[in-house]
This record gives sequence, structure tokens and C-alpha cells, in this order.
Amino acid sequence: MRHKTFLWFFLPTGAAMILFIFMPIISVLMQSVYAPHEAVLEEVENCVPLVGCTIETKINQDATAALREAEPLGRFVGLEIYKDRGHLATEEVKAAWAESETWGEFREKLTNLPFYRAMGFTLTFIIFVTPLGIILGLAIALAVNSLHRHLKGLMIFFSLLPMIVTPLIGSLVLFWMIDSRGIIGSALVGLVGDPNFSLKASTGLMWVALIVYGIWHAAPFGFVVFYAGLQTLPKDQLESAQIDGATRWQQIRYVVIPHLMPLVTFVGLIQLMDNFKIFEPIVGFQASAHATSLSWIIYNDMSGETRQLSAASATSVLTILGVAILLSPVLVRTWHDFKGAK
Amino acid sequence: MYFKKIALASSLALFAGGAAQACEVGARVNIVGNEFAAIQAVVEKAKECSGAEIESNLTADHQKINLAGMQGNPAEYTTAIVANSSIVALMNDDVVRPLNDLVAKHGDGLSDTQLIRVGGDIMAVAFMANAQHLMYRKDILEQAGVEVPTTYEEMLEVAEAIRSQGLVENPVGGAYAAGWNLAQEFNNMFLGYGGEHFKAGSAEPNVNSEAGIKALNMMKALTEYMNPDYLTHDSNATNAEYRAGNIAVMHMWGSRASQQTTTEGVTDDVKNGHAIAGPLTVGGGEIPASTLWWDGWTVAKNVSDEEAEATFLAMKNGIAPSLIEDDEVAKLAVWLIAGYEPTDDAKGVFAAAQKGTKAYPMLPYMGLLHTALGNELADFLQGKESAEQALADVEAAYTAAAKEKGFLQ
Repeated sequence: MRHKTFLWFFLPTGAAMILFIFMPIISVLMQSVYAPHEAVLEEVENCVPLVGCTIETKINQDATAALREAEPLGRFVGLEIYKDRGHLATEEVKAAWAESETWGEFREKLTNLPFYRAMGFTLTFIIFVTPLGIILGLAIALAVNSLHRHLKGLMIFFSLLPMIVTPLIGSLVLFWMIDSRGIIGSALVGLVGDPNFSLKASTGLMWVALIVYGIWHAAPFGFVVFYAGLQTLPKDQLESAQIDGATRWQQIRYVVIPHLMPLVTFVGLIQLMDNFKIFEPIVGFQASAHATSLSWIIYNDMSGETRQLSAASATSVLTILGVAILLSPVLVRTWHDFKGAK
Repeated sequence: MYFKKIALASSLALFAGGAAQACEVGARVNIVGNEFAAIQAVVEKAKECSGAEIESNLTADHQKINLAGMQGNPAEYTTAIVANSSIVALMNDDVVRPLNDLVAKHGDGLSDTQLIRVGGDIMAVAFMANAQHLMYRKDILEQAGVEVPTTYEEMLEVAEAIRSQGLVENPVGGAYAAGWNLAQEFNNMFLGYGGEHFKAGSAEPNVNSEAGIKALNMMKALTEYMNPDYLTHDSNATNAEYRAGNIAVMHMWGSRASQQTTTEGVTDDVKNGHAIAGPLTVGGGEIPASTLWWDGWTVAKNVSDEEAEATFLAMKNGIAPSLIEDDEVAKLAVWLIAGYEPTDDAKGVFAAAQKGTKAYPMLPYMGLLHTALGNELADFLQGKESAEQALADVEAAYTAAAKEKGFLQ
């Protein structure tokens, strides 16, 4: 397709993307560099039932309203919020670097900061879940594909279940099962032989549980894509391989996998993005004491009694940047293809 | 026979007419609030008013929607049911109106103690009180041969006695789930040790202090006697453990008291053994390690005066003294409504008030500190860092948030 034709073809989609994707991102970007006005505080007497009256502080609304009137966007703070302890924590990282004598000490200080702690878990999650989810998805696709056709429909349905179940519900189900009074939890207690053994009390085991959940949830997506890909597998290639005396493993390794490779890249990319934004299982597992992610931080900033819109916006922008960095190799390749096509 | 029917019909009509006359509203009312039995009863009664549509949205996530739902003009919600912590967020953004003139016009029947006054303005009308206090199993304590604890130090001794005699493996309960619950437990303990959350007259945090360290160490000592999953147990999960008979002593919300024996599936042991007492003190302090709470309703600022008046009338009807004539409703909470006779379930909260328990601070920046506490304290309880480090982290996290919100320079 010529670029000009493409442009006209793309225009409606492009307009919708600008309206629903680009503009909100700009809005989030704006919110992350503006913070609420400095509060004008005053002391007043509060009277409440059963306790009586005490002197407490409150915001002087008239004075604050005047400030808001003057600068409706709030106070411009530039990159201050990005640099504070809740985000990149530049000062704290510098101090940790200067004070630490070993890498271990530095790492410990770093993971004490919310952003780096979240990244630590998120990257571990991605490293395990993305490849294992793909391998499991492929294995299921190969297994289902070799079934008798009467069984296929049923097996496809069951294999898709983890994706059909809402993530929050799926994680809650697993959460109850691994509770020390749940079926898996009490089985583990029996296995270990320690009545106080608790999966949910250990950071390492909680991470394992989250990763296992992640793989369970991710596999069906890979399965669907790979199963569709298997239907396009050229029969003659496979037959010639069989005539050459290739074992089943060799057929998979040298015929099936090369054929599915573009799909593996596709599934890998989607999974990479999804896993970077891991959120529901952390809430479902009540795992925030052990594992957090950037999405969880945004949720936490927005769900407290006092909402931190600027902090949440800054974390959102950092999430977008993180996804961009993860996808950069592919973006670069697409750009090269585009230049090559000219 | 015919005559009887007519008499019955007309008396019913009279009754219905009487109720309608008692509460007639002239504009729309829309209520947002938390979801528990007492609030449901109030809203149910507010909806008896006729004349205009009365809607409600009661959900545990009310705090996530009430502010946004009242910021528009006109506001979606004409009233939000709040507590001392959640009214602050609404006042910070100036979305609730002072009720002075409405109370002057329609306030007959409301008692003075129900009115929440902030600097001369009435900002809310309270209808129930709440506090955390002791709940325990008198049968287990008797079996173990120990007295009912009045301090946290005694609670540890009681727990040790119960465990060492093999009565209950993890006898202590507590809503220690990381996040809001854990922070609230710290607040209780911290106030019990005489701590002040902020330096006097400022928004500077003050939790990294001797009281803070003592509070954390006491919490850690208690967790030794808790279900090892305690960091994931919120008050729902803790109560489920209690009702299943797995807990012998715990500090729990008074609003849960009446349900401990009536919920489906409670074992007979728990039903017969359940008892409540006032809140515990700690470290030789006089003030209980607990906080007093009220629940009440506000009226939105960004609505017409007609809607505000209708809202006031409907909500006043919701908390009218006739609400608690029903014994089932009277049991649901510690009502601050005229004519309320404290039931047995309420004595824990009243004991808290008598002992001088402090109210949960109604400060504009308290919510930020609460969030910081909820995020940072779990590391200490898991043994990953020292109490000093955890509290320093809390102050650092709070300071960053308070700077963003303009409370600190």
C-alpha cells in the first residue's frame, strides 16, 4: 500500500486514537507536573459526640478558593514529583549509593523505596511468567491439536477457562485455596509438618504463588494463538519430515516451532505488556506486604482517604515509559521495516 | 365484618398518611455511603419519605466515589454518609455545606451531641458511634484459669497461658492486613502509649518517636500469637476466625459485636462463650489504645437549596427515634439517637468513651499519614527492618505525599 493511501485509510482510526489515547496521555502528563496548591491551614475547635471539643486543624476554604481561582491548574512543580521518594527517589538513591559499601546493601536500600520495590517484583514476574506462559501455551496447543476431533471442543473450552474467569475472581479463588485453612494451604502444612507454616506470610512463597497464578492466567492466550497457527501448518512439510524419520520432538523443534515463530513474538510482546501492568492478583492475594507493582501504586495513591492525583499521574507516565522501553527493540525494528519499505 | 374491613382499611390509610406527613420532600435525594447493616437501616428509613425520588448507592468502596460524585455542579450525590476520617477528604475539597441554617429550621429532635461542629459550623449529623474494644471467649479464659485482660501486657500473658495449655494454637486476633487495617492498629497502640501523630500545630509527622517504637514492638509481640497469615487478615477475616472458634482474645470494632453470635454457622462454643469488655490500655497509660469514631451524614455543597433541604429532611427521617424502636435495628450499632438504651453489645463502645478514648484525628493530612503507615509497617512485622527504619520510612513517605498535596513546604 502506498503511504498516501495508507494515510487516508488510517485517518478515522488515527482520529479516534488521538481523541481517546493521545489526549488522555497529555492530560495525565499535565497532571503529573502540577500539584495542588499549598493548603492554607487554620486552627478551629471541633466538637464530636462522646469525646467533646478539641482544637484541630482544617483547610481555610476561602483562602484556598482564591488560590485556585488564580491558578486553576494548581502549582507548577515540574519534575519534582517524579523525583520524590514515592517515584524515582533521586535523592534517596544517591544517598543509598554513597552510604552502601556492598551491592547487597545498596540493593536492600533500593528495595526499601516504593518504586524500586515495585520494579523488583514486576521484572521478576515478567522474567518467569512470559517464557513459561508461552511454553505452557504451546504445550497445551500441541496436546489439544493431537486429540480426536470429538474431544477437541471440550478441551479447548477447559483450556480457555483461566482466561474466561475474571482475573480478580481467579486470584481470589487461588488465594482462598492457599490460605493456611484452605485446601492447598493445609496440604502444604501437612507436607511440611509445621502447623505454623504459612504460604502467605513468606515473601518468597507469595512471589511463587503470584507467578504460578500469572502462568495459569497467561497460558490460554498463548494456547489460542498457537492453536490457530497450528491449523495453518503445511501438512506436506510435516509428512516429509516423518518420511525422513524425524521423531515427534524433532518435528516440533524443526518444523512446527519455526512455523509458529512470528506468533511467538506476537504473544511474547502482548504478554510482556500485560505482565508489566500486573495488578489484579496483588489485590486478590492481598499481597501488598510482599509484592507491589506500578499499577498497584497508582491504585493505592487513588484509593486512600486523601487522593494523590499528581503522584498517581506521575506513576502512570512512568508505566508508559516502562512499556515503551520494554517494547523498544520491536519498535526500532518496525521503524527499520518502514524505512526499508520506502 | 364489612365494617371491620373498612375500619382496618381506614386505619391503614391513616397510618400511611401519617407517615407521609411526617416526611415529605420536595426535591431529589441521592445518598452515597458505606455498606453495613446500621447504615442500610438508616437509608431504608430515609427512603420512607415521599414526594420525590430518593436513591442510594451503598458500597464498601464509597470513599472512592463520594468525592468525585460530589465535585460536579450539580452534584450527583446530595449526601454522603461519612465517618471522622472520611469527612476530612470531603471538607478538604469543599464539597459539603455547613448545616447551621438547616439545623436552625428543621433541627428539632436532634440532640446537641449529634452535631459535628468544625470551627462554629455544623458539618455533619452523627447517628452512631464506634470504637475498637476487647472481645473474648470467657469459656477459654476460664479453662486457662486467667482473668480478663485490661492491658495489652496482660493480653500477652493470657495468650501465653492459653497456648501453653494447648487450648487454642493462635489465641490472639487482630485486623493486621497490610494497608488501612494495619495502620489503624498502629494508631490505636500509638495513642495508647501517649503518642501524637503530628508535631504541635503543624503537618510535620511525629510517629518516629519512643511511643511509635514501643507501639510497633507491642504489635510484633502480639503477632507471635496470631494466625501466621495475619498480614492478609482484615476485620472480616479476623471475625471469621473468631466465629470459627480459632481466636480467644481480640481487639475488634464495636459495630461487629452483635453479629458475633448471630451470624450463620457460628459454633455453639462461640455463641455461649462470647463476651465483650472495654478497650485495653498499654504501657501503664491511662488512655485506651483505641480510637472513637462516629458515623454521620453530610449535605453536598453543589446542589440547590431545595435539594439540600429535601436531603436534610430525608436523612433526619432516616435517623428519627422511631428507627430504633425495632429491637433488631437497635442492636445493630451504638446509636446516638434520642431514646437509645445501650444493649449489652454496646457496652464496649461506651466503656471506651468513659475511659477517655481519643477520637480519630480529623486533620486534613491524617489520611496521607494513614496511607503511609499502611504501606510501610509490614516490613517491620515481617522482620525485614528495624522499628526505627520502618517509622523513618513512614515519615519519608508521608512527607513526599504531604509536599505534593501542599501541606508541607
